[in-house]
Amino acid sequence: MIAIKNLKVDLGDFLLNNINLEIDSGEYFIILGPTGAGKTVLLEAIAGLYPVLEGEIWVEGREIARLNPEKRRIGIVYQDYSLFPHLSVEENIAFGLKLRKCPKASIKEKVNDIAEIVGVTHLLERKPQTLSGGEQQKVAVARALVTEPEVLLLDEPLSALDPETKEMMQQELREVHWRTKVTIIHVTHDFEEAIALGHRVAVLNNGCIAQIGAPEEILRQPNSEFIAHFALSRNIFTGEAEEGEDGHACIDVGGIKLRGVTDLRREVRLSLRPEDIIISKEPLHSTARNCFEGVVSDIAHRGAVVYVTVNVPPNFICLITRQSFEELELKKGVRIWITFKASAVHVF
Amino acid sequence: MSIVFILLGVIILLFIFVPLLKTVSSSSPGTLWNTLLDEEVYSSILLTIYAAMIATLVGLFLGVPLAYLLARRQFWGKRFLEGLIDIPIVIPHSAVGVALLFVFGSNFLAGKIFHSVGIVFFNSVAGVVIAMIFVSIPFLIDSAKEGFKAVDVRLERVARTLGASPWRSFLRVSLPLAWRSIFSGSVMMWARGASEFGAVLILAYYVPFFGHYARVAPILVADRFNSFGLDYARPVTAIVILISLIVFIVLRTIAYRGEKA
Repeated sequence: MIAIKNLKVDLGDFLLNNINLEIDSGEYFIILGPTGAGKTVLLEAIAGLYPVLEGEIWVEGREIARLNPEKRRIGIVYQDYSLFPHLSVEENIAFGLKLRKCPKASIKEKVNDIAEIVGVTHLLERKPQTLSGGEQQKVAVARALVTEPEVLLLDEPLSALDPETKEMMQQELREVHWRTKVTIIHVTHDFEEAIALGHRVAVLNNGCIAQIGAPEEILRQPNSEFIAHFALSRNIFTGEAEEGEDGHACIDVGGIKLRGVTDLRREVRLSLRPEDIIISKEPLHSTARNCFEGVVSDIAHRGAVVYVTVNVPPNFICLITRQSFEELELKKGVRIWITFKASAVHVF
Repeated sequence: MSIVFILLGVIILLFIFVPLLKTVSSSSPGTLWNTLLDEEVYSSILLTIYAAMIATLVGLFLGVPLAYLLARRQFWGKRFLEGLIDIPIVIPHSAVGVALLFVFGSNFLAGKIFHSVGIVFFNSVAGVVIAMIFVSIPFLIDSAKEGFKAVDVRLERVARTLGASPWRSFLRVSLPLAWRSIFSGSVMMWARGASEFGAVLILAYYVPFFGHYARVAPILVADRFNSFGLDYARPVTAIVILISLIVFIVLRTIAYRGEKA
C-alpha cells in the first residue's frame, strides 16, 4: 500500500498542501487536475525529484519521503517519454539493470521479457529518435518496469498522442497493468482518460485534493462546482432547496422547480449531466419527476453526438446521439420537452 | 539583396584566405621541408601543440564541472560569474601575462605553493600552459555550458529513478549527451591557446623543453620577423599556418562528425 500523509511541497508560486492519499497495492490510481494544479510536482515529490517540505510517503511499509530517488524503487514515465537519445531501445530498457550490476544473461532475459509484455521486441535495435510517439511511450514504460518498481508514475503519458493512438495506448496500459500488477499513479488533465483507466481518481486543484473517489462517483456526485465543471457536468445551478412531495427536495432554480434527492434544506448548488436529460417533442409520461418545456437555443455537433441547449429558462445543455437529433428534426427555435429523473439531480 | 550580401561575404572571406594562401604558396615545398627540419622550428611547434594540449586537459578537468553547475543551478550572482568567465577574452594579453606573473611568480602566494612541490611558472612549460589556460578557458566553459543546457533535465531525473546516483547520472547521461559541445569547445580552447602570444611572451618567453630551449610558435614567428625581416619569417609562418590549419580541421571534423548541417 502507498500512503501519503500531510504532504507539503513548495511550488514557488503556491504550495502543494495537505496532500493525503491512500492507494492500494496493484491499484490503477488517477490524479486528475487542470494545467498548473501541481500534478507533475506531486509525482516528482513521490519519486524524490522534488524536495518535500513536510509530511510522509509510505510505500509498502517503508517511509521514503527523505530518501534519494535511486533508493525509492519508484519508476517514472514523463509526458515526452525522456528516452536516452544516445542509447538504443535495448540499452534504454537495460539502463536500470546495468546500474544494478545484474549479470549480462539476466539483463538480456529481463529486457526480452518486458519488451514482449509491452510489445517492443521488434524495436530493440532502434534509436529512440526513429520511433513514433506510441512506440517511445511503450519503451519508456518498459524501461521503468524492468527494474520492478513498487510504484509506476505516469505523467500525462497519453497527452502527446493522436486520438487513435491514445485509445490504443489506453488499452495497452490496461493490459500492462493487468499483466504486471504494478501499482500505477497516472496523472492527467483529461477527464475521459481518467474514467477509462482509473480504479479511483483524486482531483487536484490549486495544490489541494478536491475529491477522491471512484470515477463514477466523481462523475455523478461532484462535491464542488469546480469538479462538476471539470467532470463536464455542463448544467450547474444554484437554487433554494425546500421540502417537496414524496420526501424529494424541491429546488427553486430561476423560477422553475426541480425535484432532487437530498436532505439539505437551504441554498444549494446542483449539477445535472447532459446525457441524463431526455429530449422529446411531447411531454413524457414517465416516472421521471422533472419535465419542462423549452426552446432550442443552440446546437453543437460533436461527431456521433450533439449538444443541444434548451432554454426553459434557465438553459439546459443536453447530450443526444446524432440519430435522435435527426429523428427529432431539431432546429434552433423549436419548442421541445426535456425530462430527467430526480436522482439525476446531484445536490451539493 | 542576396547578391549584395554574397558580395560582402566574398570580400571578408578573401580578406581571411588571401594572406594565408599567399604566405603558404610563396615558399616552395623544399624550403618548407627544410624549415620544418630546423630544430628551433620543430621544437617550437611541438612545444605549442603540447602546451596547448595540456592546457586543454586542465581546462576540461576544472572547467567542465563549472560549466555543468552554470547550466543546471540557479544561484545569486550567476550572471556576474558568467560575465567574469568571459573577462579573459577582453583583457589585453600582455596585461594577462603581467597579472599571472604577479600571482604565479616565485615570490608570490600561488607561486610559492607550487614552488614547494617543484612547479615553477616563470620561463617554464608550466608557465606557457597557465598563460594558455587563462586566455582560452572561456571558449571551453561557454561551449560546455551550452551543451549541458541542451540536455533535458528530465533525462537525468529518469536516470535517478532508475537507480543512478548523481555521479552516475552525470557520467552516463549528461556527459555523453553534452560531449559534442565539450569536444568542440576543447578544440576552440586548444586553438586559442596554441595561438597565444602576449601572455606567453611575458610569463614564459624561452623555456626548457625536452632537452632544448624553445619558444611557442607565435613568438618564434614574431622573433624571426623582428630580427631578420619578412623574407626570413615567411617559411616558418607558412609552416605554422599549415600545421594550425591541418590540426584544427582534423579536430573540427571529428567534433562535427555525424552532425547534420
